[in-house]
Amino acid sequence: MAILDLANPTRFLALSARLLPWLAAACVIAFAVGLYMTFFVAPDDYQQGATVKIMYLHVPAAWLAMMCYSVMAISSLGTLIWKHPLADVSAKAAAPIGAAFTLISLITGSLWGKPMWGTYWVWDARLTSVLVLFIMYLGLIALWRTIEDPIRAGKAAAVLTLVGAINLPIIKFSVDWWNTLHQPASVIRMDGPTIHPTILWPLLVMALAFTLLFFVMHLMAMRNEILRRRLRTMQLQAASARVGVATPQAAE
Amino acid sequence: MSGWMGALFLRELRLSLRVGGGALIGVLFFLAVITVIPFGVGPDLNLLALIGPAVLWIGALLATLLGLDRLFQADRDDGSLDLMLMAGRPLEVLVLVKCLAHWVGTGLPLVLSAPVLSIFLNLEPLAIGAVALTLLVGTPALTLIGAIGAALTVSLRRGGLLLAVLVVPFSIPVLIFGVSASGAAVTEPTPFLTPFLLLAALTLISAVVGPVAAAMALRFSSD
Repeated sequence: MAILDLANPTRFLALSARLLPWLAAACVIAFAVGLYMTFFVAPDDYQQGATVKIMYLHVPAAWLAMMCYSVMAISSLGTLIWKHPLADVSAKAAAPIGAAFTLISLITGSLWGKPMWGTYWVWDARLTSVLVLFIMYLGLIALWRTIEDPIRAGKAAAVLTLVGAINLPIIKFSVDWWNTLHQPASVIRMDGPTIHPTILWPLLVMALAFTLLFFVMHLMAMRNEILRRRLRTMQLQAASARVGVATPQAAE
Repeated sequence: MSGWMGALFLRELRLSLRVGGGALIGVLFFLAVITVIPFGVGPDLNLLALIGPAVLWIGALLATLLGLDRLFQADRDDGSLDLMLMAGRPLEVLVLVKCLAHWVGTGLPLVLSAPVLSIFLNLEPLAIGAVALTLLVGTPALTLIGAIGAALTVSLRRGGLLLAVLVVPFSIPVLIFGVSASGAAVTEPTPFLTPFLLLAALTLISAVVGPVAAAMALRFSSD
């Protein structure tokens, strides 16, 4: 119902313009609270010292890297099944953001790994699958950039995104498959979180802040993409109008 | 029903094996990759025996990737792909038959040449058998997954590099279980059957996902 109303790009632009300031303000507040809690509330680890603070960037970025792919997968379903006109705009706008979050989680992870494990990179199952996710994001972006027509590019990328969605559960459960250096999942578990509240709360606030940041950037990127497509259509129309003026004389 | 499938299979196989098909170039490429490896890592026979199964698997993966752009490209260039799309046959089955023929033309020669090439890598007879068996079970999965990339890039000029980038992430599980199964056959305590059965499962999954997704991509590329 609401989603169908948004099928009109003009209405979407109007609504998102009204929504964006509120979302951006909420995002700034969440980051302010989250960063304050990270540096002043959350305790230093008795073994890791202050380096444990990297976790408050690393873990939300990794979560968002996966959530962003889920958003793309749902948008791809929207493209292929419901033929929603904004679904491929949403998927295309989400891809670079997801790639950026994946890169952030890889970089913060290796910066954290250097003092903890003594090396920037280990070929651990989870690190490897996040790297694979990063390559998949870049491959999808490359596919979008290679196919010229945006509609056809959107459909091709939707097929690839859905095939890649099979990879998401592999990332999530790879820790259990190949149990190696990386610690097993400790927040999302059946028997409740195993970490202390003074660490958990800053982490959750930071996760909220990252999620809001994602939605702000996603909406802005979607607006840009809609405007870019309108520009492309206007350029094509202008070009064909010029040809249309020129051809009657040539055809006579 | 099966008449057109057999005819299509034979057509694809003949086209790939005869002059201009270039199916057996994959085996030559495989040989070239295996020859280059000792120059890179050194001629130590013990080391080569250790990494041999992995090298053979990577060589087979690369050879498969390079041959994939022939899967739909030639048919699109001469227009027969449009005829196949309009023929009214189930496109998924058509893609599956094309993949099977492509595998028999390019994948099976890789499997058959692997035992010969593994002599260069100082593999024991047991390891040779394990690598050949895992390649036999696993390379169809590479072709079937690769069909998705081939279908997505069929309308592009020079889409081969993009194809490889798109397909490589999805081929990683096949590589993991293929190499660990062939490694497990040699080292005693780890079981061979578990990764081998997972490899077989990956092939079966890709026999469903590959043709369905590739057919979808082909339909979108035609309009």
